[in-house]
Amino acid sequence: MKTRLAGTRPMPAPARAVRPLRAYASVWKLRMLQGLQYRAAALAGMATQLFWGFMFVMIYDAFYSHATVAPPMSLRELVSYVWLQQAFLALIMLWFRDNELFRLITTGNIAYELCRPCGIYGFWYAKLLAMRLSVALLRCFPLLLVVVFLPQPYGLMPPPDAAQFLLFLAALLLGLLVLVAISMLIYASVFITMSPAGSLLLFGVSGEFFMGAIIPVPLMPEWLQRVANALPFRWCADFPFRVYSGHVSAEEALAGLLVQAFWLAVLVALGKRAFDRALARVTVQGG
Amino acid sequence: MILVEGLSKTYKVARRASGLRHAVKALFSREYTVIEALRDVSFTIRPGEIVGYIGPNGAGKSTTIKIMCGILMPDRGTCRILGYVPWKERVPYVRHIGVVFGQRSQLWWDVPVMDSFELLRDIYAIPPKTFRDNVELLTEALELRDLLHTPVRQLSLGQRMRCEIAASLLHDPAILFLDEPTIGLDALSKLAVRQFIKTINKEKGTTVILTTHDMNDIETLAGRILLIGGGSLLYDGTLAELRGRFDGAKRIVAEYRPNPHPPRVHGAALLEWAPERAVLSVDPRQTSVTEVLDQLSRQVELLDVAIEAMPVEEIIVRLYKAYQL
Repeated sequence: MKTRLAGTRPMPAPARAVRPLRAYASVWKLRMLQGLQYRAAALAGMATQLFWGFMFVMIYDAFYSHATVAPPMSLRELVSYVWLQQAFLALIMLWFRDNELFRLITTGNIAYELCRPCGIYGFWYAKLLAMRLSVALLRCFPLLLVVVFLPQPYGLMPPPDAAQFLLFLAALLLGLLVLVAISMLIYASVFITMSPAGSLLLFGVSGEFFMGAIIPVPLMPEWLQRVANALPFRWCADFPFRVYSGHVSAEEALAGLLVQAFWLAVLVALGKRAFDRALARVTVQGG
Repeated sequence: MILVEGLSKTYKVARRASGLRHAVKALFSREYTVIEALRDVSFTIRPGEIVGYIGPNGAGKSTTIKIMCGILMPDRGTCRILGYVPWKERVPYVRHIGVVFGQRSQLWWDVPVMDSFELLRDIYAIPPKTFRDNVELLTEALELRDLLHTPVRQLSLGQRMRCEIAASLLHDPAILFLDEPTIGLDALSKLAVRQFIKTINKEKGTTVILTTHDMNDIETLAGRILLIGGGSLLYDGTLAELRGRFDGAKRIVAEYRPNPHPPRVHGAALLEWAPERAVLSVDPRQTSVTEVLDQLSRQVELLDVAIEAMPVEEIIVRLYKAYQL
């Protein structure tokens, strides 16, 4: 083994300004690259989502053809909602594949993460964002391509105008950021309970329901809608998807974006606090 | 530069007996055992030292390392490293340390090694030229040329370990914490890693804190040994002093023409015997080696004789026994 280290002076660590955003962007990029490799999983997922989509569409169709009262959403809007839900599943599901980070905590590999000179919250936020985005990107385009060409009213209808579409994209992105912030709160709880199952169950089930991932919020009974409106979940799925179809008007959409931003700020602040406190009490597993 | 004073840490571990009845009981009431992992541990380490941190399993080695890395908070005691309190000033502090945890991996599993290195470059904000130079040096010193573009999951343990060590040195840390770096490595890889650590310590003045169970690591690398047992620091000194304390005994391995009777040597203990080979333990302070060989040669026809100092393992075992560990 050669030793060519002779001639290098020992370098004291100079006072470089650490640019944490650069670090977060870097880990985001790396996780994206990693996630985009999983093509087989994407194909399997797409098949599943197509199946589920068709199933829901047919169920709604059956209900609508026997509806006694005019429903709050037209069938076409509802069908678009279902297809968007399936296409962007990775961006809205709470229980989604977050095992990687859970395992970091339970195996103690988090020891390395804690030895890095950047805030854990931002680091994991970036990782989580990349995880979901990479999966979503792999799956949504092929799926959307298929459903756009399905015969109406069973296919995805185009958005009413370009402005609405742009609002939809903005709402979807903000919704994703809000969702990741919620996920980070779940992680903070895992630090204490050491078992992801409990938190996931609690948040996952209730969150998904109130998000509009099972049925859109307008189709829920009045009292349930009020509960859903008070929680942040519906701004992740229900809101963006109804913006797309025009069910939410442009003015309402703009107001909604502000609400999303508000929730984002609140959840990030809560998340950071929770993380700091959890880390202070952490016991790194394994000797 | 490393000042540790009165460090103490206890863990609460939930305990329950096995069986369904106890499992159900545990749903309602938890029984905890308090384990005192560290009890009043104090030591000082100067820049540029290589320190071996040894002790039986469960002694508190990993706990100390974790506290020194700033990832665990002690219950009592103070610790100042490079002027920082590790767990209080974690983010500015960890820029100056490198860590290798032997049983865990810091490299991303599915992507090439170089990608992990580049991520570390961004995390530590290493200037591009320094990064390139360091990668070049480390690649040559640890022979990573063929490994850099391979996904980590396809590397053998020895190869991965070399990459991990390189990863921990990219940002020129002043202190390197190695927690069981040679565990599971083959003989060749162990030699390579040891040689490298010695070199980096000499050339860059990196302080190295090494926990290990492999006594050959200690012998090759550590000028100084800290022995921890049952949570307390039991010994703080050099290996040479340790030898002086417990040494004395030499091993004599004699091979001779087949002889049906075991040799009886006055002043030496017979450790092993076979018709063609005997291993004796002699304390030269009481019986000279020449005398033992003399007696041996009168009883058997000697073919080959080897005289060895007591192996380090043996010394450590005696040390543990002396402290009842």
